[in-house]
Amino acid sequence: MTEPLEPRIVPPDAPGPGTPGASVPGRIGGALKMMSRATYIKEAALKNLFLACAIAAVAGVALIFVFTAARGWTVVEDPGLAAFLGGTEWSATLGRFGILPLVTGTFAVTIGALLLGAPLAVGTAIFLSEIASPRMRAIVRPAVEMLAGVPSVVFGFFGLVIVRPFVAEITGGMGFGTLSASLILAIMIVPTIATLTEDALRSVVPGIREASYAMGATTWQTIYKVLLPAAKIGIIDAIILGMGRAIGETMAVVMVAGNAPQFFKGLGAPIATITSQIVIDMSYASGTHRTALFGLAIILFLISMGLVALVRALSRLNARRS
Amino acid sequence: MGKRWINRIAVGILWACGLMTVVALGAVILYVFVRGIGQITPEFIFTKPHGVNAEGGIGPTIVATIYVTGLSMLIVTPVAVLAAVYLAEYAVQGRLVNAIRFAADTLASVPSIVMGLFGFAFFVEAMGLGFSVLSGALALSFLMLPIVMRATEEAIRAVPKYIRWGSYGLGASKWQTVSRIVLPAALPRILTGIILAMGRAVGETAVVIFTMGQAIYMPILPTDPGRSMTVHLYTLAMEGINIEAAYGTALLLMIMVLFFNLTARWLAARNRRLQG
Repeated sequence: MTEPLEPRIVPPDAPGPGTPGASVPGRIGGALKMMSRATYIKEAALKNLFLACAIAAVAGVALIFVFTAARGWTVVEDPGLAAFLGGTEWSATLGRFGILPLVTGTFAVTIGALLLGAPLAVGTAIFLSEIASPRMRAIVRPAVEMLAGVPSVVFGFFGLVIVRPFVAEITGGMGFGTLSASLILAIMIVPTIATLTEDALRSVVPGIREASYAMGATTWQTIYKVLLPAAKIGIIDAIILGMGRAIGETMAVVMVAGNAPQFFKGLGAPIATITSQIVIDMSYASGTHRTALFGLAIILFLISMGLVALVRALSRLNARRS
Repeated sequence: MGKRWINRIAVGILWACGLMTVVALGAVILYVFVRGIGQITPEFIFTKPHGVNAEGGIGPTIVATIYVTGLSMLIVTPVAVLAAVYLAEYAVQGRLVNAIRFAADTLASVPSIVMGLFGFAFFVEAMGLGFSVLSGALALSFLMLPIVMRATEEAIRAVPKYIRWGSYGLGASKWQTVSRIVLPAALPRILTGIILAMGRAVGETAVVIFTMGQAIYMPILPTDPGRSMTVHLYTLAMEGINIEAAYGTALLLMIMVLFFNLTARWLAARNRRLQG
């Protein structure tokens, strides 16, 4: 038998390894090990098992990126990086895979969703944290949470059968396009932004609220001049994450956007986004076309990673300031 | 205009925001409910779709949805819970923990279509699992991992320190404390997280469409393909065939998702009450 991994101090009258109650408190990695060898090994093995599970999360992200990248990186050769990133036409039949129409499409629906959804969401959050009575809150908050749980395909279906005909009345045409997609996305990002904004408002110390009211400020003045500036970074974080949700949303957009990879031609004109184009094309794509779709996935991955990094940087900034 | 008037108008607008959110949810639920309720018959739930118009029921899609969700839950729960135990109980703050958190956050925000493509490239093609429930479950587990991990970590952190000290004081080891004291106390909140993640998985389309396939098939083995309810709804709606069945599918889907959400809420509320 070899020596234990680390020096231990075992009381002379301690029961031998393996018997119940053999372990005496001790910290793994600490200087003092007052536990039996069997316990020590078991504890260390478990700790490493947990660590392995935690690393699985990192490995998962790496795996997704590496695998998608492996399938998509050849866009650099064919159709070529310039033709891919700078191309103004996406057409599988012509073999042209320029992503600009898709990027502008994603941009258009995201901006539309934020313009409509962000004020609604921030307003809902302020309502929840500052104005609503406990009874009102008990109605609105579950509604917000359940809205987050509604499947995107149900939102898409709702958009298709309800919102689209309504939009068609306003813009003419079939109603497939930027406006329909923006409206549906606006509802979909409300829960993300509202929940995080409410957290940010709640983490503002109550003292400054009370100070503001004590100075004779109205509710609105307190919200506008005191709370919103204090919770600013948290709200920006919330909106960035809502933006990420809008950029990445797929099924709901596919069902109402019209899926024509063309530049923005008006609110009622069909459009395609990065995500919707992947779904539409994936069923029949092969060769360069498929590579280009994986190239789109790499771009989506990088966007979401960038947004997460931005949010983390902002909250670090916030933590340092306060 | 005095500040009181401005205040009244502003507060009124904030009220409108809060109510509009409720109305949006209500509109979606009510509309799907009213149009779909007439479709829900035992035949619709239990039989197979047939014919060019997908008449009949949606039985196989319900089975496929429950199958893939259950399987991914079984895959993800041990990994996610143990990872969270590491983060909350063992990890020393540092670069590694930061990397793990960043990875989990990224995983939570990666668009589901990317996971779908990845699942297709990795599980379906590279690992040779084909379009199957297993491929779908593995891909979905990536989606569920960050949700379960975060819920578990928060649940463990919410367990008061002094309970742990009591355990150590009685001579328990770290693992004994974690397994017999901390995890049981955190269990209700962990379950809430798992159920919420399952609700997400039930409603997911973009991941399963490229990993489980679109064939209407009653899956028996994990290696069988299948079409989930979400994919079925998507296909019916996009092809404009049998819109009535689409309403019925949407309603059943909503009921399932609401069931998961309400169960999670109920568990959380009960737990709050029990812990006072």
